[in-house]
Amino acid sequence: MSLFEQPMVENAGSADKDALLAALRALLPNEAVLWEEEDLRPYECDGLSAYRRLPWLVVLPSTIEQVQAVMRLCHDRHVPVVARGAGTGLSGGALPHEHGVLLSLAKFNSILAIDVMNRTARVQPGVRNLAISQAVAPHGLYYAPDPSSQIACTIGGNVAENSGGVHCLKYGLTVHNVLKLKILTAEGELLTLGSEALDAPGYDLLALFHGSEGMLGVIIEVTVKLLPLPERAQVVLAAFDDVVKAGAAVGEIIAAGIIPAGLEMMDRLAIKAAEDFVHAGYPLDAEAILLCEVDGTNEEVSEHILRIHDILQSCGAVEVRTARDEHERMMLWKGRKAAFPAVGRLAPDYYCMDGTIPRRHLPAVLQRIGELSREYALPVANVFHAGDGNLHPLILYDANQPGELKRTEEFGGKILELCVAVGGTITGEHGVGMEKIDQMCVQFAPAELQQFHALKAAFDPAGLLNPGKAVPTLRRCAEFGAMHVHRGQLPFPELERF
Amino acid sequence: MTPASVYGEFANDRFVRMLADQTQQLQAQVGDAFARAAPLCIVGGGTKTFLGRSTKGEPLDITTHRGIVHYQPTELVITARAGTPLSEIEAVLDEHQQILAFEPPHFGGGATLGGTIACGLSGPRRAYAGAARDFVLGTTLINGRGEVLHFGGEVMKNVAGYDVSRLMSGAMGTLGVMLEVSLKVLPRPSHELTLAQVSTATAAIAQMNQWAGRPLPVSATCFVDGVLYVRLSGAASAVASAHRQLGGEIVDDAADFWARVREQRHRFFAEATVLWRVSVPPATPSLALAGDCLLEWGAALRWLNTAADAATVRKLAEQAGGHASVWRGDASNEPFHPLSPALLVVQQRVKQAFDPKGIFNRGRMYAEL
Ligand SMILES: Cc1cc2nc3c(=O)[nH]c(=O)nc-3n(C[C@H](O)[C@H](O)[C@H](O)COP(=O)(O)OP(=O)(O)OC[C@H]3O[C@@H](n4cnc5c(N)ncnc54)[C@H](O)[C@@H]3O)c2cc1C
Repeated sequence: MSLFEQPMVENAGSADKDALLAALRALLPNEAVLWEEEDLRPYECDGLSAYRRLPWLVVLPSTIEQVQAVMRLCHDRHVPVVARGAGTGLSGGALPHEHGVLLSLAKFNSILAIDVMNRTARVQPGVRNLAISQAVAPHGLYYAPDPSSQIACTIGGNVAENSGGVHCLKYGLTVHNVLKLKILTAEGELLTLGSEALDAPGYDLLALFHGSEGMLGVIIEVTVKLLPLPERAQVVLAAFDDVVKAGAAVGEIIAAGIIPAGLEMMDRLAIKAAEDFVHAGYPLDAEAILLCEVDGTNEEVSEHILRIHDILQSCGAVEVRTARDEHERMMLWKGRKAAFPAVGRLAPDYYCMDGTIPRRHLPAVLQRIGELSREYALPVANVFHAGDGNLHPLILYDANQPGELKRTEEFGGKILELCVAVGGTITGEHGVGMEKIDQMCVQFAPAELQQFHALKAAFDPAGLLNPGKAVPTLRRCAEFGAMHVHRGQLPFPELERF
Repeated sequence: MTPASVYGEFANDRFVRMLADQTQQLQAQVGDAFARAAPLCIVGGGTKTFLGRSTKGEPLDITTHRGIVHYQPTELVITARAGTPLSEIEAVLDEHQQILAFEPPHFGGGATLGGTIACGLSGPRRAYAGAARDFVLGTTLINGRGEVLHFGGEVMKNVAGYDVSRLMSGAMGTLGVMLEVSLKVLPRPSHELTLAQVSTATAAIAQMNQWAGRPLPVSATCFVDGVLYVRLSGAASAVASAHRQLGGEIVDDAADFWARVREQRHRFFAEATVLWRVSVPPATPSLALAGDCLLEWGAALRWLNTAADAATVRKLAEQAGGHASVWRGDASNEPFHPLSPALLVVQQRVKQAFDPKGIFNRGRMYAEL
């Protein structure tokens, strides 16, 4: 897709930039408003650096009242607002609007309260994911969702994307681990969603905000659920000479009634990249490895490890190895968590995909991705959250080669459409953002997209929050969708053909 | 052949056509109601009519819209039509040693999947495994314009579009008619053991919260009649070792005990004249209210049999950071905790977005929705 097709908010850009700047500077401390190009540059992209655009202005407020004042001002003047956490998102969700204000939550980085008895932590949205677990560790507690980006990404961004991690097979996604949010609407109204109890009256807007990609409101406070640290965690590495066998082993473990804490797969290219990068101790001659972690009480872990060993062996693993100690366990995970940057060293650029499929289709989907890789003459390394069918094919390319980015995007689009075709989804955890906006037209019918727009309008009638992201307009789909057939029907018959 | 494979991926043509016919009938009825702005009352098994406010409208019966559509045990997902009896789903899962981990109450023989999800009801395992909404992966629904829409799906992770499926859970049918629901299912724990010890409410609250802060395989807790019950679930060795740590008497008819609590057939519920459901942060001290209580969910859920006036109960719940519903026995009060004015406005707009003419279960949850 091309960036420049992004639909603009009506009238956006008609506001007077200088007047807006002056008004913002009256509301915020001097250093909290950025407008010089060199200061704006760091905000031009998120983790998907293929898409770049300078914001009009950047604000870095540090109190709820300040954010509220910014929201009201922007609402009155009809100026788009794009919220930003750490900018590690991989779908262009925090990509700025060229006539909008980029609202950085970076200064909201305090842990406000830790309630040990109720096992909750109340934190500001800019707190880093890992910082929560670190702060509560002395109490024997932790925050379960652990995206690989957890050293950097913020809890506000995690809520906005409903992020997962290697442990979400057993412990759930962000939505399963957050109790309460404070949000500001586009009009600057402060609302509390959810509660510190296990439920709240009325519609479950708390769930709705998870994965809403900054489209419905600005998350300004998050109360997370904390879990007791497991007594013991143990990881088993299994090597296979065939990816299909590794895929089958995943199903067998689950069929045996075991829900591992994590169940990850890497293919040959990803294994090699990770091994070269962090020396995790992976077998380099394997076609695929599985990392299977079990946690719980000491006895339970021992019992499950034995059974998992047997299952892996009977599934044809050529090597099954249990980490001898905590150091080896950490190393085995380090290789997996560093897989993206490791693969990144193999080529000038890489493009990370994020489809989810019903697990039973894994062999067929992998085979097709291999074929596409040859067709497009672009190598792919595969890293999966195998337990829940979430694929991260990493396409290697060189943006400086004319046409290669375009070919990469097309290849990526094909992978996503393949995921939809086998009953899956175009995004498991990275969000639609700017990147997958066209594939939304493949996954959803026009009436469904209209329902999303209606829901958005319930929170943001003027359409000022993160405009042009996450949900495509029907017009855009009509342009894109001419080549696509949605669930066997002609796409968008009610719209004029171009 | 088990029902799972009958309705599985190889569903025959006739079955598929029947599905489409029924969807069209329901869609036509909603479309007609939309045209006339005529209110509809969505009817499943009728087991939860006592819950919430009453609603008037032409009945829209979904009980014939039934059957399991897909069930792949190793994918940990089941998809069934909304009118499918909950007992049928549980029986099929049981054949494959799997469960609905939110352990939903039925409140009667005819309970349907749709009604269960619409009411967002969860049972004893709630505090330890998650709520009904946590297991909803996807839904097909008819919105208030009579459009059939599909959200989410059958995969564990899916962030394409807003999470409309989870929003349906607990909306009491006021946002749309659910046609199909996909749920995540879990393996049935290989071993379970329930222990009992004499306690007081205050001690039980402290004990439940201490357990929850430690890595123990607890899957349910309850305090009633001066006894604290705890259920352990998991690998045999884990249950045995937790038993040694926790102590207490083994309860023999444990499955029956938890069923009586879940279905509210326990003596406590039978005797309650006005039954309050109070949801609070779990470590909240005993509420200063006269009357009997039953605690569940690690003390986060408190059932009160109290004659105290509604304003007092609600104020105490709110001060603790929670909310209180009149479950039954007092029609003079709003059943659900009042929403703040700002939140009510947003909820009304959400209702509008799905059901612009307000035809679905009008006033079933709040007068304004
Ligand atoms: C190396 C690497 C590994 C990764 N691994 C994983 C992984 O394992 N699992 C996973 O799920 N993701 C992963 N990601 C993606 C990314 O880290 C997550 O999406 C993360 O949640 C984004 O957080 P952030 O603070 O960086 O948000 P940003 O990128 O700043 O923003 C993301 C979106 O959220 C919105 N947003 C941010 N803050 C707020 C707020 N306070 N209120 C409202 N909207 C807001 C933005 O507008 C944007 O749409 C990875 C990324 C990288 C670079």
